Amino acid sequence: MRAGRMLPVGLISAAVLGYELLLMRLFSIVQWHHFAYMIISIALLGFGASGTFIALAQRWLVERYPAAFAASAALFGMTAVASFAIAERLPFNALEIIWDPRQLGWLAANYALLILPFFFGATCVGLAFCRHPGQIGRVYAFDLAGAGIGALGIVGLLFLVFPSTALRFVAALAFAAAAFAAFGIVRHRWLAAGGLGLAAAFIAVSLPPSWVAPEPHMSQYKGLRIALEVPNARVIEERSSPLGLLTVVESPTIPFRYAPGLSLANTQEPPAQLAVFTDGDSITAITAYGGDPAKVAYLDRTTAALPYRILERPRVLILGAGGGEQVLLALRAGADTVDAVEVNPQMIDLARNRFADFAGGIFSRPNLHLHLAEARAFAATAGERYDLIQMPLLDSFSAAAAGVQSLHENYTYTVEAMRDYLAILGPDGVVAITRWLRVPPRDSLKLFATAIAALEAEGAAEPDRHLALIRSWNTATLLVAKSPFKREDIAAISSFAAENFFDISWVPGISASDVNHFNQLDQEYLYEGALALLGPERADFIERYKFAIAPATDNRPYFFDFFRWRALPELLALRTQGGAAMLEWSYLILVTTLVQAAILSAVLILLPLWIRRDALGKALHRLRFGLYFLALGLAFLFIEIAFIQRFVLFLGHPFYAVAVVLAGFLAFAGLGSAVAARWAAAVGRGSAVRGIALAVGVIAVLAATYLLALPSVFERLLAFPDAAKIAIALLLIAPLALFMGMPFPLGLGHVGARSETFIPWAWGINGCASVLSAILATLLAMHVGFSGVVMIAVVLYLVAPALLANRLTIRTMIPFRS
Amino acid sequence: MFGVRSEQRLLQKAAAFVLDVVGQERFMSALAQCRALLAAFLASAAAFVSTSAPAQDRAAERAAMIETIKGHARSGAHSIDPAVLKTMGTVPRERFVPEAQRGAAYHDRPLPIGHGQTISQPYIVALMTDLINVRPGDTVLEIGTGSGYQAAVLSPLAAKVYSIEIIPELGKRAAARLAVPRFDNVKVKVDDGYYGWPEHAPFDGIVVTAAASHIPPPLVEQLAEGGRMVIPVGGPFATQFLMLVEKRRDGGITTRQLLPVSFVPLRGGPSR
Repeated sequence: MRAGRMLPVGLISAAVLGYELLLMRLFSIVQWHHFAYMIISIALLGFGASGTFIALAQRWLVERYPAAFAASAALFGMTAVASFAIAERLPFNALEIIWDPRQLGWLAANYALLILPFFFGATCVGLAFCRHPGQIGRVYAFDLAGAGIGALGIVGLLFLVFPSTALRFVAALAFAAAAFAAFGIVRHRWLAAGGLGLAAAFIAVSLPPSWVAPEPHMSQYKGLRIALEVPNARVIEERSSPLGLLTVVESPTIPFRYAPGLSLANTQEPPAQLAVFTDGDSITAITAYGGDPAKVAYLDRTTAALPYRILERPRVLILGAGGGEQVLLALRAGADTVDAVEVNPQMIDLARNRFADFAGGIFSRPNLHLHLAEARAFAATAGERYDLIQMPLLDSFSAAAAGVQSLHENYTYTVEAMRDYLAILGPDGVVAITRWLRVPPRDSLKLFATAIAALEAEGAAEPDRHLALIRSWNTATLLVAKSPFKREDIAAISSFAAENFFDISWVPGISASDVNHFNQLDQEYLYEGALALLGPERADFIERYKFAIAPATDNRPYFFDFFRWRALPELLALRTQGGAAMLEWSYLILVTTLVQAAILSAVLILLPLWIRRDALGKALHRLRFGLYFLALGLAFLFIEIAFIQRFVLFLGHPFYAVAVVLAGFLAFAGLGSAVAARWAAAVGRGSAVRGIALAVGVIAVLAATYLLALPSVFERLLAFPDAAKIAIALLLIAPLALFMGMPFPLGLGHVGARSETFIPWAWGINGCASVLSAILATLLAMHVGFSGVVMIAVVLYLVAPALLANRLTIRTMIPFRS
Repeated sequence: MFGVRSEQRLLQKAAAFVLDVVGQERFMSALAQCRALLAAFLASAAAFVSTSAPAQDRAAERAAMIETIKGHARSGAHSIDPAVLKTMGTVPRERFVPEAQRGAAYHDRPLPIGHGQTISQPYIVALMTDLINVRPGDTVLEIGTGSGYQAAVLSPLAAKVYSIEIIPELGKRAAARLAVPRFDNVKVKVDDGYYGWPEHAPFDGIVVTAAASHIPPPLVEQLAEGGRMVIPVGGPFATQFLMLVEKRRDGGITTRQLLPVSFVPLRGGPSR
C-alpha cells in the first residue's frame, strides 16, 4: 500500500480540523463566543451521523470508494463555504432567546446547516476505514497527523490572512483532497481529478470574499455595530489574528468618552478617543494625549486611581495594557517606572506604532516598557520588585453582565496567581484590581475571598488589615497590600473616597455606620460579605450565597463561573422581571449543549444498531463493543483537554496551548496508531486485547505521574524562552500521546475482524463521544478540577480493555492492570 | 413555532409585493388586472387573518399589559404610581414598534426596533417612569429617544418632555410618531446627548436610556435640586438594574441601585 493512497485522508482531516477552529473564530465575530461554542459542538455531531450513514450504505459506498471519497470531499468543500455563508445570514438573535421561542428555530437551522460539512468530511475518513480494514492503524495515523497539521496550520494561517480568506483555503484544500482521491477512479480519472483540481484553484483564488465575510453580518447588538450607528463614526483600521479581530473606530462628531468608574464629582470631559473593539465587543480606548497631564485629570477620579493616593513614585506593573488608559494614569500619577503587559501583539502594534502620534507616544517613554506576554506568566517569571500591580477592566460590561466568560479558564484571578503577585511586590506594595460592580455582587466578593485565601497562604496573621475595597456606581476596586495598611493609608483611602462620592465597603477598622452613603445598595452586601468572609462564618456565607464565590484555583480556574443550580429555579421564575439578567448564561449553555448532544448522539448511535440489528451480531457484544469506543472517545479528549488547560500557564497563552497540545497529541497519537499493530505483535504476543491492556497501563502510569509532577516541572522551567518551552511541551506529551493512539485502531481491528459492518458504527460512536467529551470535560473541570478529569479518564482507559475481551483474555489481563 | 402571526406577515408581504408589481404594470396588460384582483384578495385575506387588530384600538391588550405590570410590581419590591399605569393604559404602544413587530407590541418583553436598539419591556418603562416621580408642571429630559414610546408615556404626566436621539434615522422616525396633537409637549432632536439640553434646563427628571460608561457631568449639572435621574443598566434585552441619581436640596448627589426584581442573594435572608 503506497502512502499516496492515504494522502487524501490526511488532507481532508487537516481541512476538517482547520474548519472547526476557523468556524469558532468566524462565529465569535458574528455572534458571541458561547453561542459559537454551542453551534459548533452540535455541528460536530456530523461525525456521528456519518458513521450511521456509512453503516447503512456501506457495501454500495465501498464498492465505489474513490468516487464516493472524492464526492464527499468535494461536498465538504462546497458546504464548508455555503453552510457558513447561509448561517451567518440567518436572523438568529441569541439575546432574544428567553423572549422569543422562534429564535430556537433559527438556532436549530444553524445546527442543521453546519452539520453538513462535518458530515461529509467525516464520511471520507469513515469510508477509508471501511475500505482498508487491514490497514486501520495507517488510516488512523494519517487522519490524526492530518488533523494535527490542520490545527497548527490554521493558527499560522490566521496570523497571515483574515478568517474569510482562510475559509477559502480550507475549502480549496478539501477539493485538492477530492482531486487526489479521484485518481483512483477507474474511468475518466483524469477528467475528474483535473476538474476537482481546477475547482480547488478557483475557490482559493477567486471566490468572492463578500460571500463569507463575517463583519457585515455581525449581530447588531454588539458594541462595534452600535458604535458605527453614530453619525460619521467609521472604521479606520482592522487587524486579525487567532487572538481576535481588532477594529479601530473613530467617531469625530460624537466622541466615545470611555471612562468606566468615573466619579460623579468629576466635571471634566475626556479627550478624543479611538475605540478598539475585539471581535466587535470588549471596547478599550486609545486616548488622545498631547503631553499635558491636566487634560486627563479625570482619570484621578476613577476608582482605579485609588492606589496612587497611598504610593509615591511607585514602580508599576500593569497587567493588560489594552489601549493604554492605565498607562496614562500611571504616568499622570508620577509613576517611577511602568511595565505594561499585553497579550495581543496586534494591540501592541496599534497602540505603540500605528496610533503612536494620537496617543502622544506614551508607549515610547524611556521609563515605560511594553511586554508581549500573558499576565500571569509574566508575573510568575518577573523577578522585579513592584510597588503597584494594576489589573484594569478590559472586558466589556455587557460580557461581564451576561456571564459569557465563565467557560474560559482564567489564570489571572486564582489564589495561586494572587500569591504570585504578592511575591513580586516590595514590602509596601499593593495589588489593585478593578471589576465591574454587579448587583447583587459577584466578582468583587469572589476576589475578596481569593485575596483572603492568598494572604492566609502567605502567612498573614490578620488578612483584614491588608485589604481595602471601594466602589463607584459601576466599578469596584480592591487593594491587596503586602504589609498591613498603616493609619495614614487608611486616612488617604477615606479622603479619596469622600472626595469622589465613592463608598468604602472595606478598610481596616471600618464600622457599619461608614458604609452605603453615596451609592446606596438595597443592602450593603459587599461590606457584609467582606465581614463574613473575614470572620468565622466564612464557609457558611459562601455556602449560603446564591452565586458561586468560593475562590478559584489553578486546578479549577473558573473565576467567572458564578452559577449555582440552587438559584436557577428562582431566577427562571423571575426571568421576565429582570431575573434573566442574573442568570449565568455560559454555564447554562454548556449544560444545554451537553443535553442536546447526548440526545442527538443516542439517536445517531442507536439508529444503525436498531436498523441493522441482525448484521451486527449478538446484543451483548454490540453493547460491550459500543461501550469500548464510547469510553475511548471520552477518555482521549478528557486527557487532551485537561492537558491543554495545564499547559496554558506554562506556554503563556491559551491559544498557543491549544495549538501546541492539540497538534502534539494528534501527531504523536497518529504515530502511536501507525506502530500499534507492531506493538500488539511484539509486546502483546499477537493479541490485540493484550496490546491494548498494556498500552492503557502505560497511559495510566504516565498520566498519574504527570498529574503529580507537572506543576513543579513547570515552575522550574517557566523562565525558559518560548521555543524551548514548546519543545519541552511536545516532549512531555509525546510518550503519553503515543500510547493513547493505540487503543482505537487496535480495538477497531479486533472488532472489525469479527464483523466489518461494525467499523463505521465504531467510527460514529467515537465521533459522538468526542463531542460529548469536550463539553463534559469543561463541565467536570468546573466541579472536580482538572486533576479529577484526568483521574476519570484513567479509570475509563483501565476499564476499556475488559469490555473488549472475552472471558479468557480478561483472566490473563488482570496481572497487567494491577 | 412560527405561529399565526408570521403567516399573517407572509400574507401581508405577498400582498404588498403583488401590489408593488401591479403599480408598475397596471395599464399594460390584461394580466395586470388578474394580478390586481389576486392582490386585492390577498390584501383582504391578510387584513382578515390579522384579527382586524391593526385597524382597531387595542385597548383590551393594553389593559392586559397593565395587569401584567401590576403583577410584576407586586412580586417585585416596588409599587408603581397609579397615574403612571393609567397613562400607559392610553398610549398606543403598537405605533412605536416596527411594522413587523406590531403583533407583539403588547407582549411582556422588549422588542427590537433596528439599529441595535430596543423598545423596553413595558414593566421597565413603568418602573423608570415611576422612579423619576413626575409631577404636573415638571420638565423632563430623555437621552436616547429610541422608539419614542418612553417620551409618549411621559407626555401626559409632565408639562414638557425634551428628548435627544443620537441615531438620525431613529430620531426622525420617533419625531414623526410623536408629531400628533396629543404629544405636542414633546420635543425631539437628533444630537449628542452628553451635553443635555441646556436651553431648557433645569430638569425635574432625566431618563437616560443610552448606554454610557459614566454619567455625563452636564446632565448632573442640568438636574434640578430635588430632581431625579434614572438609568437602566444592562444589555439590550436584559435590564440588570436601574440606577437612580438624586440631587438633594443641598446639591449633594446620591445614587441608588435598584433591582427590577425582588431577589435576596443569601439563602435564609441577610447574613446577620
